[in-house]
Amino acid sequence: MIQSLGTRDCYGDVLVRLGEQNSKIVVLDADLSCSTRTEKFAKAFPERFFNIGIAEQDMIATAAGLAASGKIPFVSSFAVFATGRAWDQVRQSICYSMQNVKIVATHAGVTVGEDSATHQANEDIALMRSLPNMSIIVPADGIETEKAIEYLVNNDKSPCYVRLSRCKFPVVFDSHYRFQKGKAALLEDGSDATVIAIGIMINRAIQALEILKKEGIHARLLNMSTIKPIDQEAILAAARETGAIVTAEEHSIIGGLGSAVAEVISEHWPVPLKRIGVRDCFGISGDAEKLLTHYGLTAEAIVQAVKEMIARKKRS
Amino acid sequence: MPPLPETKVLELKEAARQLRIEVLRMLHRAKSGHTGGSLSIIEILVALYLVKLRHDPQNPRWAERDRFILSKGHGAPALYAILARLGYFDAAELLNLRKFGGMLQGHPFNLTTPGVEISTGSLGQGLSVANGMALAARLDKSPVRIYALMGDGEIQEGQVWEAAMTAAHYKLDNVCGIIDANKLQIDGCLCQIKNIEPLAGKWESFGWQVFEVDGHDVQDLISAFDHCEQVKGKPSVVIAHTIKGKGVSFMEGKVQYHGVAPTEEELEKALEELR
Repeated sequence: MIQSLGTRDCYGDVLVRLGEQNSKIVVLDADLSCSTRTEKFAKAFPERFFNIGIAEQDMIATAAGLAASGKIPFVSSFAVFATGRAWDQVRQSICYSMQNVKIVATHAGVTVGEDSATHQANEDIALMRSLPNMSIIVPADGIETEKAIEYLVNNDKSPCYVRLSRCKFPVVFDSHYRFQKGKAALLEDGSDATVIAIGIMINRAIQALEILKKEGIHARLLNMSTIKPIDQEAILAAARETGAIVTAEEHSIIGGLGSAVAEVISEHWPVPLKRIGVRDCFGISGDAEKLLTHYGLTAEAIVQAVKEMIARKKRS
Repeated sequence: MPPLPETKVLELKEAARQLRIEVLRMLHRAKSGHTGGSLSIIEILVALYLVKLRHDPQNPRWAERDRFILSKGHGAPALYAILARLGYFDAAELLNLRKFGGMLQGHPFNLTTPGVEISTGSLGQGLSVANGMALAARLDKSPVRIYALMGDGEIQEGQVWEAAMTAAHYKLDNVCGIIDANKLQIDGCLCQIKNIEPLAGKWESFGWQVFEVDGHDVQDLISAFDHCEQVKGKPSVVIAHTIKGKGVSFMEGKVQYHGVAPTEEELEKALEELR
């Protein structure tokens, strides 16, 4: 039985641990601290936690001011509000001003579930990816969440967006895993095709590779947890060595992982590419699992896409 | 602080006159920029930079400096002129305002310009940034004060009122908001475009201590900033009643000089008035 962990739960825990070690860490939330799990930090360090109320634009720019005075602010809300509602504040006060603010948003993608389209961010990566100076990290599980947050505090002084989810993720990594921003993790090697995935789709991609293996197809699997700056080297190696790529993300096919990979290979080494993701539509209510299936975010869809891309590779 | 001696007041008035001349020359050379709203904030900047602020132009990142944020970023020419005068950077940079390859961007950019705390231009963000700096100062037990200058049109942005609530909630008495109340915005008179009155009442009801002054009277401004420092447990705002285009008769109160630089002829005429 694979263990499951909430990426947001791990975020809440690691914040407290890092908060003990580093007094520069401050945390801001916009009335969602129970959901984003920043309430744990709020309880541990009330003087370093600021609930800004339902005011995301104010929260983002306030964080910029704290960073300008030497603090390391972590800012949390739902992905749709942190990136969409406050995009101009992220752009001007954080990215253009190059402030060391970490935006860690939860409830990304369709797995928000019942709350429906207004609360399901399928566009957040696209919004953040277009901003100069911004890095984007989408952890594949709770372990990677903790490692990434720790990495950001200790090794990075630039703006960063970390995308977390409401639902629990099956654990992929063990405690020895080392996160490095900008480096894809090779989870499985293969030469027939490459699956590049992020977030919850990593688990589905692992399942897909098992199915493919039984049919004699050996695919490579890359966890592209840093969407920006993207690991161009790993993508081009995959293109050259496997000749076919499938991307999988719980995000729109416009502007996210699939787009980023397409940009790299189309400029340097074009190979057949299929993007699995939400196909330019808004979400609906339902439970997370049903929605993932409804939008084609499944292991079966990855299997099908890999076969299609291998066939296309052979044709060309 | 006691009222300034007459000689000091005259000195500050002279500084304001020289800054106006500098701003008009910069804008004329740049052939674009915001003339009216730069001229309206001259005395506010003089009162702060030449009297009130604890700062060190030779060490712009000094941790104990008071912070000034030009939330109405389009007033950049006035800010640049006073920063250069104080030696934050070479005054020769003023010649290249808005020019390709120049240091001085059309709106304040913190990464290239010593003395600029944060980039501004898209309106409504500066007060929130000030709150963040004020919270940091409180955590650090630092006595620094944070000033954020907003336009009266700017406060039509909803974020300003989010920030107003935040400052009051967190009792940020180290924050001082300033409103450049010149009564005009790009499309016309505020009263016609979107009325912001009752201005003082709005801030009061948001939990702020309000002071209203003649925004072109340096002594008045300094006294108000002194009073703000005495207020405990809540933030203060100085509503500075100003005249857009102040100092140049044919620009004063004229909405068409919001975002237009003076022509050669207009510059000559203006400089004559300011001599």
